[in-house]
Amino acid sequence: MTEDGIRCDGRRVDQLRNISIKVGVLKNANGSAYIEFGKNKILAGVFGPRDVHPKHMADQDTGILRCRYHMSPFSVTERKNPAPSRREIEISKVLKEALQPALILKDFPRTVVDVFVEVLQADGGSRCAALDAAAVALADAGIPMRDMVSACAAGKVADRIVLDVNNEEDQEGQADMPVAIMPNMGKVTLMQLDGILTPEEYKTCLQTAIAGCRTVYEVQRRALVEKYFESGAH
Amino acid sequence: MMDIKRRYVIPGDVIATGSLRPEQNVVQDGDRMISTCVGISEIFENAVRVIPLTGPYVPKSNDLIIGKVIGTSPLSWEFDINSCFIGFLPAQDVFGRDYSPTKDELRQRLNIGDLVAARVANFDRSRDPLLTVQDRDLGKIDVGELVKISPSKVPRLIGKRGSMIQTIEMATRAMITIGQNGWVVVSCEDSEGLLKAIEAVKMVDALAHTPNLTERVKSMLGVPEGENNDTIND
Repeated sequence: MTEDGIRCDGRRVDQLRNISIKVGVLKNANGSAYIEFGKNKILAGVFGPRDVHPKHMADQDTGILRCRYHMSPFSVTERKNPAPSRREIEISKVLKEALQPALILKDFPRTVVDVFVEVLQADGGSRCAALDAAAVALADAGIPMRDMVSACAAGKVADRIVLDVNNEEDQEGQADMPVAIMPNMGKVTLMQLDGILTPEEYKTCLQTAIAGCRTVYEVQRRALVEKYFESGAH
Repeated sequence: MMDIKRRYVIPGDVIATGSLRPEQNVVQDGDRMISTCVGISEIFENAVRVIPLTGPYVPKSNDLIIGKVIGTSPLSWEFDINSCFIGFLPAQDVFGRDYSPTKDELRQRLNIGDLVAARVANFDRSRDPLLTVQDRDLGKIDVGELVKISPSKVPRLIGKRGSMIQTIEMATRAMITIGQNGWVVVSCEDSEGLLKAIEAVKMVDALAHTPNLTERVKSMLGVPEGENNDTIND
């Protein structure tokens, strides 16, 4: 990072990468979204509510949510083994737990909502981007939600708190903190921290990440509005 | 009609605050009314609701639906009703009260793959929906083409006081049965009319959110301008 706070990819410390989201890209899924978050390229598909298989997983009182985060073998520079790695299993779990509070599945007992996330190209912060795409895909599928879920990371690079850490900064940096919020309810659904921060830095980092989430929310909103209302009648 | 306020909403949007009654697709959070899906919000007579633009079919009592037989058990038929739940039609509904599994053969009346127009007799989410065919115009559908559209577009296909469907039926001389679950059966003696009617139904599904849809459908069907103007209004 330069002295005046310009980062390795030319961004300021509080600047997000370019984000674009496209809704309804998969015909066979009930809902889908494609996100480009900087160099991240991620596809999310939602199926359901549908019958649960294996049947023992079904809940008589409510619907359940399942998530699968997967990185394509070609998503990184060195071929990635397509079998689910420890990291992918972790992110699948984290995504599920970050989306769960937003969903209202009480109306669909004995069913499952499946969220499949496929990372086509990864460049740091892919779990946040995956979450953003998954939330939009869920809204596209018409699954009842209390709120959207918007996610963004912040971190510490060269002793400064920066927004939206990319892969290079993640490797070299001192801390990385992915955060997801429900923007209208003002609740945090995901917060992880890899690295060491002082209590002061922690607060700034969290605030920075939340500010980033709010910007992401606007992009998600625009994507949904574009699909459903742009040529709208009313 | 005057005091209905309409707005585009996405999940999490606050539609209104205050002492209102949350109805379809709205949840209450304190005194805020929050939309749970992508749609158009309406406030009327102290109630708030959102008309969804996407989403799965959730059975409601008394809905007319079209189902496909996917299996039989000794006492009932099982139907695919384009929902996350399986529809059940008890054998007694067709054979009468003296039905006996040893004497009567279910598949002689309705075989797997048959299409049936039915009504939802009962559905309370703790059990799968119960169907009935004991009404006028219900029962096995012998002729026609099945067209699948999104369940959220069904009201648009019917139109105000049935205007849209009347337009299509009159222009093509086709018989159209619309199931609330998004399955539509089109039958017509004349094959050209059949194709045109199917095309019109698909067109409504694809362009449901655009203005002047009835006009567009009319011009596609070649209905002269100005006909039926009193009943057709977007």
